[in-house]
Amino acid sequence: MTARNHRRRGLSLAGMAALALFASACGGSSADNDTAGGDPSKAPVAGCEEYTQYGDLSGKTVTVYTGIVTPEDAQLKATWAPFEKCTGATIKGEFDKTFEAQILVRAKAGNLPDIAIVPQPGLLQTLVKTGKAVAADQATTDMVDKNFSASWKGYGSVDGKFYAPPQNASMKSLVWYSPKEFTEKGYKVPTTLDELMTLTETIAKTGKKPWCAGIASGEATGWPVTDWMEDFMLRTAGPEAYDKWVNHEIPFNGPESTAALEEAGKYLKNSKFVNGGYGDVKSIASTTFQDGGLPILKGNCSFHRQASFYAANWPKGTTVAPDGDIFAFYLPGKAATDKPVLGGGEFMLGFRDAPEVHAFQAYVASATWANLAEQGGGGRCATPNKNADPAKAAGCSDIDKLAISVLQDPNAVFRFDGSDAMPSAVGANSFWKQATNWITGQSTKDTVDKIEASWPK
Amino acid sequence: MSSTTGDAVLPTTSTPSIAVIETAGKKARKRLTSPWASLIAVVLAVLWTAPTFGLLITSFRPRADIDGTGWWHFFTKPTFTLDNYREALSSGSGGLGTNFINSIIITIPAVLIPISLAALAAYAFAWIEFKGRNLLFVCVFALQIVPIQVTLIPLLSLYVDAGLNGTFWTIWLSHTMFGLPLAIFLLHNFMKEIPRELIEAARMDGAGHVQIFFKVLMPLLTPALAAFGIFQFLWVWNDLLVALTFAGGTPELAPLTVSLANLSGTQGNAWHLLSAGAFISIAIPMVVFLSLQRFFVRGLLAGGLKG
Amino acid sequence: MDTTHKFITMFEAIGLFVAVVGVILFLASRFSGRKGDRIVALAFLLPTVLLISVGLVYPGLKTIYQSFYNAAGDAFIGFDNYSTIFGDSDQRTVLRNTVLWVVITPFIATAVGLLYAILVDKARVEALAKALIFLPMAISFVGAGIIWKFVYAFRPDQPGIEQIGLLNQILMWFGMAPKQFLIDTPLNTIFLIVVMIWIQAGFAMTVLSAAIKAIPEDIVEAARLDGVRAWGMFRYVTVPSIRPALIVVLTTIGIGTLKVFDIVRTMTGGNFDTSVVANEFYSQSFRSGNQGLGAALATLLFILVVPIVAYNVRQLRSSDER
Repeated sequence: MTARNHRRRGLSLAGMAALALFASACGGSSADNDTAGGDPSKAPVAGCEEYTQYGDLSGKTVTVYTGIVTPEDAQLKATWAPFEKCTGATIKGEFDKTFEAQILVRAKAGNLPDIAIVPQPGLLQTLVKTGKAVAADQATTDMVDKNFSASWKGYGSVDGKFYAPPQNASMKSLVWYSPKEFTEKGYKVPTTLDELMTLTETIAKTGKKPWCAGIASGEATGWPVTDWMEDFMLRTAGPEAYDKWVNHEIPFNGPESTAALEEAGKYLKNSKFVNGGYGDVKSIASTTFQDGGLPILKGNCSFHRQASFYAANWPKGTTVAPDGDIFAFYLPGKAATDKPVLGGGEFMLGFRDAPEVHAFQAYVASATWANLAEQGGGGRCATPNKNADPAKAAGCSDIDKLAISVLQDPNAVFRFDGSDAMPSAVGANSFWKQATNWITGQSTKDTVDKIEASWPK
Repeated sequence: MSSTTGDAVLPTTSTPSIAVIETAGKKARKRLTSPWASLIAVVLAVLWTAPTFGLLITSFRPRADIDGTGWWHFFTKPTFTLDNYREALSSGSGGLGTNFINSIIITIPAVLIPISLAALAAYAFAWIEFKGRNLLFVCVFALQIVPIQVTLIPLLSLYVDAGLNGTFWTIWLSHTMFGLPLAIFLLHNFMKEIPRELIEAARMDGAGHVQIFFKVLMPLLTPALAAFGIFQFLWVWNDLLVALTFAGGTPELAPLTVSLANLSGTQGNAWHLLSAGAFISIAIPMVVFLSLQRFFVRGLLAGGLKG
Repeated sequence: MDTTHKFITMFEAIGLFVAVVGVILFLASRFSGRKGDRIVALAFLLPTVLLISVGLVYPGLKTIYQSFYNAAGDAFIGFDNYSTIFGDSDQRTVLRNTVLWVVITPFIATAVGLLYAILVDKARVEALAKALIFLPMAISFVGAGIIWKFVYAFRPDQPGIEQIGLLNQILMWFGMAPKQFLIDTPLNTIFLIVVMIWIQAGFAMTVLSAAIKAIPEDIVEAARLDGVRAWGMFRYVTVPSIRPALIVVLTTIGIGTLKVFDIVRTMTGGNFDTSVVANEFYSQSFRSGNQGLGAALATLLFILVVPIVAYNVRQLRSSDER
């Protein structure tokens, strides 16, 4: 029940400290105004101008329930502090790794928080269907219209009604590699899928298995394969077909998706290409996703496809930078001009119709909040808020900066992780399970057929 | 198969052959503690401990070593660090101290209440004749099969209606409910083993059920109560689900397990922290186990019979 | 709520509870003699029956009811969920595994626990020796998952790569190739069962040890004087005397094994043909969001426990006859 929460980003204590400093500066100690990211407001009135629109919320409490846990809970709380200070409201957070299973139980039993931070559109739909969720108010909707693309607003909507503004986002279309190895061997970062295959073959000819992967994740074992398939679906069939596939307007075992899985299989099921450092193809199934990319460090493999949050998995002392031990490149499209991006995100779903709840939702959707999140650095850096100030992201990690530049790039075609948006019987069960069987030997056709058969009628 | 139960215990009780042959007794004792027996015990102990021992070693190794080499390399190329413990102890939003106190607040009533209720109920099932006794008893112990997960939504709805959600009461009540079937089952079978003569004799002397319960049975049941006490303690201490569902993970109420579960962070890969966390949480149960050992005493029953 | 306040709440709760039990005992003590038996029984059982009805019976019945409804719980669909369970070929593997778990775990765990309890009984370091076997019980499932990761982990046999799993290292020391313990069927189910046995042996050992301590000293002494040897002591004195405790242990571990899914869930996620009914129940109810099918699987657990209950009823009858 927890594994999907693992799919987020890492930490940076330095950034957190900077934000804490900012938060205290907002409280009135103006002496520290030019620390770290810098105080956005020059006014001495503790920088509360941007908060007047939320009104006076003294004595009001908003409870927030989320699967975000240490150390990001502290980073998140730091972004709430100025709001609490300026409006007088209290934001009470509950941070729990088992959020995804718990929230459904609580929803059904009627014991709900004011706001739940929901990491999947599929779960959001289920929660809204319990009838307990409250639609966003006009101020929040306006804020979202101003700051987010229509597709992001769409992921927070159910049946055309807008409920939940987005919070953070993550980027999944990344391939981790060793910049050092590239310089030494003279490899170039591939800009098309064909180039990626050519480079893979070149490395394989040296006798090294170029790719390493791991999909074990307890009950969620198999999910990294779903990301592979989605990335290839988005690239080989295009975003329109991708949407239809996610919404089941075309069958799961149709030609487009079958081809996409075949493409992924060219890497994942070729024993010459995988599984560097861990053994044969089958060993992918027993290697945890957290361990999956580690052999790059020891030179046992060259590539590992995993989201931006994988940055947190490199051991202490690893330099994650364009010229460091480890970095990631964007998993290229078919052509160099294509820019499809697969990613994930979180949504603030409200359950209580009260001014303070709506105000807090609107606040998180504001550029003020996005800038604070960027300034805080760490795992809360990346937001899809297009009006966030990129300059504020100076304290973010290189990988988060890369993610932010792609997520906020108007030319990028963003699509949400499809398995997170499919009905949970598929997206959180049969898709994972059959993908695992596929790794341990099941044919592509059997795999897509079985998933299609499991789609709820 | 079924007929042996009855005649095995009681008849032997009444066959204390009076012949006093000291040496025979000593011989028997010797055979029981033969070197073979010791060897088997040691082998079992090693088999059972080795995996945990590996984790203990792991918890003191630097993260890079944990991922790269087996824990037995510790003996050839020792690398030692306390960082894992330091990091694990400093985590948690309210600090582990608050969680620790919450765990204690949760555990004490959640162990005492079910034991007392179960002892009463087990007594009724074992020594009071009433209609439908066996049927009711079977129903009670068969309820062990109900998975806690199916009870979450109905129970939480009830607590919400009663305004109890978000308090310790929900956790105490729930642990009591979930612990009762096993407790009754366990204690009932121990009580049944107490020779009928003992109870009958007490009744002849005019003792009521309450007196028999306290004066005759309780002293004899100490090992059984201690045994169940240990388990109920463990379940409550290690429980995550009940606490999270009914009380929520807020720092005011969350037990140690909630913080430990969150230890691996949002990102997940933290064998080094989890292994340290596992040993932090195991400390108290081991102390409880060892301290309850002194209630595992022999000969109470024999003494009771003689008196 | 500060710490003092928390402790006050706790003592209030305990005080309230003691008061309730006190009233019950006081009332019960006023009815002595055989005629008052019914009232005493009622007083002793009432709190238990009330709590269990609310906490277990009501949710259990509700589950059975829901098992006849669809995924969302809003349409009656008769036995469809059950035909789904039995119609699927994957589910037959699940049932086979469940039977394997329930047949193997209780007997081996109990045998180990009993053997160990006897061996260390009266030993000089008894408490410590028992603590070693008990240790796995005290570790949470999360801890157990990591512990066994470092036992079963697989790394290929190639230069520059070291085993991190103990078992594969042992295989390699004996010159054998490392194995994928958790992937290769059907042995992987056995390797998962080993974890459950490892945990439950501590339970068996503790309860059986308590039972052994309760064997009247004079029986043991008498047998000794009759020259009964170690095996005879075990066969004719120990086992018959602790028979009820043995049944309790076997039954409890059996039921616990039927219900357990944490091991499967964290170690293989039910993949590679290792799933059991309880794991399917969990994933249908809490992951797939199929309330009806999840409830049907839980109901299947209720049915699977019937043989265990039936055996206990027989034991109960025969012990009443004596």
